[in-house]
Amino acid sequence: MNQEEIKEKLSAAFSPEVVQAAVEFHGEIYVTVTAEKIREVCSFLRDDPDLAFDFLSFVGAVDRYMTKPRFEVVYQLYSLKKNHRFRIKALIDETEEAPAAIDSVVKIWPTAEWHERETAEMFGIVFNDHPDPRKLLLPEQWAVHPLRKDFSVLGNDQDTPDLPRRAGN
Amino acid sequence: MGIERHLNDTVHVTNLEWFINWSRKSSMWPLGFGLACCALEMIATFVSRYDLARFGMEVARPSPRHADLMIVSGTASKKMLPAVLRIYEQMAEPKWVIAMGACACTGGIYKNYAVVQGIDRHLPVDVYIPGCPPRPEALLDGILQLHAKVMKEQSLHNPPIPKIRSAG
Repeated sequence: MNQEEIKEKLSAAFSPEVVQAAVEFHGEIYVTVTAEKIREVCSFLRDDPDLAFDFLSFVGAVDRYMTKPRFEVVYQLYSLKKNHRFRIKALIDETEEAPAAIDSVVKIWPTAEWHERETAEMFGIVFNDHPDPRKLLLPEQWAVHPLRKDFSVLGNDQDTPDLPRRAGN
Repeated sequence: MGIERHLNDTVHVTNLEWFINWSRKSSMWPLGFGLACCALEMIATFVSRYDLARFGMEVARPSPRHADLMIVSGTASKKMLPAVLRIYEQMAEPKWVIAMGACACTGGIYKNYAVVQGIDRHLPVDVYIPGCPPRPEALLDGILQLHAKVMKEQSLHNPPIPKIRSAG
């Protein structure tokens, strides 16, 4: 199926509130889906016999700093059976009280586990029901999220020390 | 020398410090320990084309307790640093450190939050080898410089005592 047919199929299966705007760029289409329904949409994309997205290429995120909502979570999908690709996005935001959060898709594609762990530590996004929500690459004690646009790439001795600080110093 | 001539050159007279230094530098065992791409140049230095065995250094030890020389070959990320320091602490005295390549010397191209900006912030480095990565000739030259340094050490009267922060 080509990009247009995949988009039509997805739009027909869900209401316009769930599957929102579709943008075409360089012959590729991505659709924005509502974050609360990400699991339903992903299950449909995997289980529908015509779509059959059995392979999750990656989960990533984009920090649209200074816009609302701030974060895009990006899912790049591939079908080994049908040899077609598709990209969906979900917009989420953080508030003073709660971090940005979205449901984990590990139950749908197990490969999402490490991708979501990296996205979580790099952007400070919480993936609900993640089976192993540790950091993946960064030292365990760091509290900063380096891929956010308001993070200085040089780091500093307070937030990104060379060594773990020991109790008492 | 009179006594050597007297005994038909069957003995050799020197001072004890020279002898200790000579034996240390002539069988300085490096730690088999690669951090990044510089490790490949280090491996090339070990094998037959450049042949580190010429300098008594062919035995790369997998255990830090057998090793005398740590070649920090490559980028030390901040997550790796506690392990590097712990390995260094496990090495028996006397021990030496070579910072191999731009990353180990200064952080190199990785001027960012995740990389230690020079391993000399945490380890007492004896020889710095610039390059990205340095060629095996450069590593050999650095090792020979270290040998020359060891020969000048006052190993009996004033042995060097390195002070480093503990990895915790």
